[in-house]
Amino acid sequence: MSSKNNISVFFKALPKNIFSGFVVSLIALPLGLGLAMASEAPPIAGIIAAVVGGILVSILGGSNVTIAGPGNGLVGVLLIAITTLGIEGAYAAIICSGVLLILLGFLKMGKLADFFPSSAIQGMLAAIGLIILGKQFHIMLGNKLSLEGSVDYLLEIPSTIIGVFKYADSGLIFAAIAGVSSLIIMAFYGKIRNRFLQLVPAPMWIVLIAIGISYYYELVLQQTNPVSPEYMISGIPAPADIIRDIPTPDFGAIGGSAFWLSVFALTLIASIESLLSIKAVDNLDPQKRRSNVNRDLKALGLATVGSGFLGGLNVVTVIARSSVNVNNGGSNRSSNFAHATFLVIFIVLFSTQLTRIPLPALMAILVYTGYKLASPKLIRKLFSIGKEQLLIFFTTLMVTLFVGLITGIVAGVVMTFIIHIFINKGGSIFFRNVLKPNVLMFREKATGTYYVSVKHFCSFLNFYKLKQKLDDIPEDQDVVVDFSMCRFVDHTVMENLSGYQEVFLKRDGHFEVIGLDLHGTKSSHPFALRRFVPGLQKKSGTLTKRQLTLSEIARDFNLKYNAESLNDTHFLDSYRYFRTKKIDRVYNRLFTEENTFKIFDVNYSEGEFIAKEEVKTTMLHIKLSKTIPSFTLDREGFLEKVTLFAGFKDIPIENHSDFTKRFYLKGQNENAIKQFFTNKIVVFFESNPYYHIESNGEALLIYSKERIAGIKEIKSLRDFGIRLEEVITEENKMVIYS
Amino acid sequence: MATKTFNTIGIGVTFSPNLKANIYEASRLAMLFRAKLLLIHVGDVSEQKRSKFEELLQPFIIDGLDAQVVFQPGKPVDAILETVLQKNIDLLILGALQRESFLKYYVGSIARKITRKVSCSVMLLINPSVERIKCKHVVVNGLEDKKTEQTVATAFLVAAALDSDKITIVEEISHDKVGTVEDTKSLRKTNLLKEKIKRQEESRVQTILSHIPAKHKEGRNIATQAIFGRRGYSIGHYAQVVRADLLVMNAPEKTGFFDRLFPHDIEHILTELPNDVLIIR
Repeated sequence: MSSKNNISVFFKALPKNIFSGFVVSLIALPLGLGLAMASEAPPIAGIIAAVVGGILVSILGGSNVTIAGPGNGLVGVLLIAITTLGIEGAYAAIICSGVLLILLGFLKMGKLADFFPSSAIQGMLAAIGLIILGKQFHIMLGNKLSLEGSVDYLLEIPSTIIGVFKYADSGLIFAAIAGVSSLIIMAFYGKIRNRFLQLVPAPMWIVLIAIGISYYYELVLQQTNPVSPEYMISGIPAPADIIRDIPTPDFGAIGGSAFWLSVFALTLIASIESLLSIKAVDNLDPQKRRSNVNRDLKALGLATVGSGFLGGLNVVTVIARSSVNVNNGGSNRSSNFAHATFLVIFIVLFSTQLTRIPLPALMAILVYTGYKLASPKLIRKLFSIGKEQLLIFFTTLMVTLFVGLITGIVAGVVMTFIIHIFINKGGSIFFRNVLKPNVLMFREKATGTYYVSVKHFCSFLNFYKLKQKLDDIPEDQDVVVDFSMCRFVDHTVMENLSGYQEVFLKRDGHFEVIGLDLHGTKSSHPFALRRFVPGLQKKSGTLTKRQLTLSEIARDFNLKYNAESLNDTHFLDSYRYFRTKKIDRVYNRLFTEENTFKIFDVNYSEGEFIAKEEVKTTMLHIKLSKTIPSFTLDREGFLEKVTLFAGFKDIPIENHSDFTKRFYLKGQNENAIKQFFTNKIVVFFESNPYYHIESNGEALLIYSKERIAGIKEIKSLRDFGIRLEEVITEENKMVIYS
Repeated sequence: MATKTFNTIGIGVTFSPNLKANIYEASRLAMLFRAKLLLIHVGDVSEQKRSKFEELLQPFIIDGLDAQVVFQPGKPVDAILETVLQKNIDLLILGALQRESFLKYYVGSIARKITRKVSCSVMLLINPSVERIKCKHVVVNGLEDKKTEQTVATAFLVAAALDSDKITIVEEISHDKVGTVEDTKSLRKTNLLKEKIKRQEESRVQTILSHIPAKHKEGRNIATQAIFGRRGYSIGHYAQVVRADLLVMNAPEKTGFFDRLFPHDIEHILTELPNDVLIIR
C-alpha cells in the first residue's frame, strides 16, 4: 500500500468522518459539562478535556475509531481529588497522572487491564455508577445536598423523592420536572426507531429542548425561566475568558500522600477505562483493525498533561461516544479531531446559550449513566455465571463505596484469589506455577490450524501469557485452545475467550475452546464451563400467541417453524447493515426444507453503554442460486439526501428517473449493479411496497421496519420475497457478473 | 561427524518398588546398544544385595548382557557422580519418582542435582515397566545451538535402536525474536517475520537431517514442527501434547548462581516430566 494511496483514501473518507465527528460532538457537549460538574470542577473543564483529547489523541494515538474525552469512571476519583486538594491541586494531580500514563505506554503496559478479575472491574465500575447516581439524583430532583460519604447520598434518595411532593417553590418543582423528563428522554430514546429523531443523540435533544423552552418563556410568554435560577448551569465562560482564566496548577501538595493516592487512583481508573473501551470499540470497527493500545496510552497521557495545564480533566477513551462515532460512519481518527473542532465551535458560538440549560436536566444524563454502570442486568448476569462472582462483585462494590477506589479494587483482587484458593482447596497450584511459561502455541502443519495448549492453571494472574499468544494470531485463522492440561480456568479467562471467539467469528476465523469437558465433572470450577456449552439457553415452555400463529403460518405455507434461538448467527455478519451492530440472537424462524428461504426475528444492539440501543427486527433471508452484485437498496428520504453530502453515493439507473429519485442505491461495483438492475427488476421495485434490501453477493436480506413484524406483515414479506426471487432468477439466467 | 553411541550405561539403583522395572528397562537399553551395564548402588559392598541385583539381571545375562554391580559409599549425589567419572559411563539412567498425591511425575531432588552436575548424557525414566512398552514417538529439539546436531543424530540413533515409528524435530521460536503484536500493522509484520524465521529454521533442520545416516532414517516418519513458547521449556509441553514417549534434548549451558535461584527452564521440565527424557551431553 503506497502512502499516496493512503492519503487519497483518507481524503475520500474525510467528509464521512467530519459528519460523524459532528454527531459525536452533540453527545460530547452535554456529557462533558455534566461529568465536570459531577466532579465539582468548572463545567468547562470537561469540554477542555474533550477538545485537548480529541486533538492530541487523533494526531498521536494508535487506535482508529475511538473518541477521547472526560470519562465517567473518573468522576469519583476527581471528586475526592478536588475536595481534598482543591481545584488547582487537582489539576497538578491530573498532570502527574498523565505523566504516569505516558510511562505506562512506554513500558508497554497496555496489558494492565488484563491483570484484574473481570468481576472486580465490574464491581468497581458499578460502585462508580452508584457514586455518580447517588450524588446527581438529588440535583436532578431539585434538592441540592452536601453530605459526607457517597453512601449517605444513596441512603438519602428516598427522602428526596418524598420531598419532591412537598415542594412549595415553583422554581424547584420546574427543576424537578426538567430533571425527570430528561431522564425519561434518556431511558426511552433507544426504544423509538425514528430516523430523524435518531440523528441527534438523546443528550443533545435534552439540551435543545431545554434551550428551546427557555427561549419560549423569554420570547413568547415574556416571562422569566420557571426553573429556579440556582438550578441553572452557571459559570460557562466566554471563549476569551477561558484563555484568560487558565488556572495555574498547584504542585504544593506534591509531597503529601493524599496527592499521590489521587494520582495513582486517577492513573489506574483512566488506564482501565481506556483499555476496556479500546477493546470494546475494536470489536465494533467495521474495518476490523486492531488498535495499538500502548501508543494510545501515550497519547492519552500526553493529552491529560495538556488538559491539566489548560484547566481540563483527565482524558480517557470513552465507550459511548466511540460507539456513536462508529455508528455514524467514522472510519479513522479524523472524526475524533472533528469532534474536538465542533466542540470549540459550539463554545465559541453558543457559550451563552448553554446557561439556559437547567442543571437537573444535565444531571439526569449522569443519573442514567450511573444507572447503566450499576444496572441490575449486570448483577443478574453475574449471578447466572456463579455465586462466587457476585461475592467478588459485591466485595469490590462495597469496599469502593465505603473506603475508596484503590482499596476497593485491591479487595476485589484479593477476594478473587481467596475464592480461587478455596475452590482449588489450596494455593499451591498457583504459587508453584505462576511464573512458568504455561502456554504453548504451534501451527499444525497439515491443517494450518493454530493450536494453543495451556498447562497448570489459567486465571487473571497469568492470562496475559495466553493473551500474548492469541494476539499473535490473525483473526481470520482457525484456532483451537486446549485446556485439557489445565486444572483451573477462571471466569475472567472464559469471558475474555468468549470475546476472542466473537472477534474471530466476525472476521471469518474460527476459535474453539476444547478440553473443558472433564473439568465440569470434577466440579473444580463450576462457573467456567457453563458459559461455553452451546444450546444450553433456556427453553421457552409455552409459546406466545404470535408464536402459535407463526407455527400455523408455517403449516399453511409448507414451511418449518422453530421458536428457539439459533446460536450460529454468522450468516448475518457479512451484511453491511450488521457491521457495526452486535447480533444477540436469531429466533422464531420460518424456513424452507433447504433453509435457503427463511424469515426470522433477530435481536441486535447498536452502540455501547449509554448510547446502546437494543433493537428487534423481523427479517427475510434468501439464499440465491447464483451470485449477484453486492448492493444496498433503500427508500430515498431526507436523511439520505443529507448523507449524500457526507460522501455516500447513490447509483443512478439510466432511463428510470423515478426509481433513482425514490430509491437510494449504493454498492461497490457500480457497473455490475447497473447491469443487474434491468428494466424488469426496476419495474418490480417501483410497483411494490418499500423494503430495505441488501445483497451480500450470494444472498438477500430483506426487512421493512426496525421492529418485530406482525403476522400480516410477515405474510406480505414472504410474498414479496418469493416474487423478488422469481424475478431475479429469471433475469439472471444468462448474466455473469464480473 | 561421528554419531555418538553409548558404550557404558550406568543406572542408579536402590531398593524401591520400581527396582525391577528400572533394571529391566536399563538392561533392555544396554542390549539394544550392545553396551556394558553398570548398576550403581550407593553404600558399602554387600554380597547379599549383590546377589539380589544379579538375580534380577539373570534373564538378560543369559541373553548375553555384560552387567556389573558397583558399590560406592558416600552421599548419593557425589557417589554417583564419582562412579560416572571412574567407570567412564556415557549414559546414566535415573528412575524418576512418581508422586501419587500430585498426579504428576516428579523427579526427586537427587535426580535433579545429578542431572545438573553430571558430565555424561542422562536418561530419566518416569514410567519404567517390566514388560517392554514400545517407544512410538520420539521428540527432539532442533533449536539453534552447536550441540543440536549431535543431539538430533543421537535421537535418530536411539529411535533406530528402539524402532520408533515417528520422530519429530521441534524448532522453538522464541517470542523475543518476533516481537510483540500491538496492532494490525505489527501483526502483519510479525507474521511475515515468523514465516521467514520458520523457513530459516526449516532449512537449518533439513541440513542437520541430511547428515543423518540413511539407515537411521529408514522406515521412520520424520516430521518437523515450529512451536512458539519459551525456549527449552515449551518443548516439554509439546511432547506432552503430542503424547511422545521420549523427549531428547540438549544439555543446558552451565547453570550459574542465578539459574539456581530462579529455576532454569530445564528444571521446570524436570519438575513436570512429560515422559521419558534423554539429555545429551
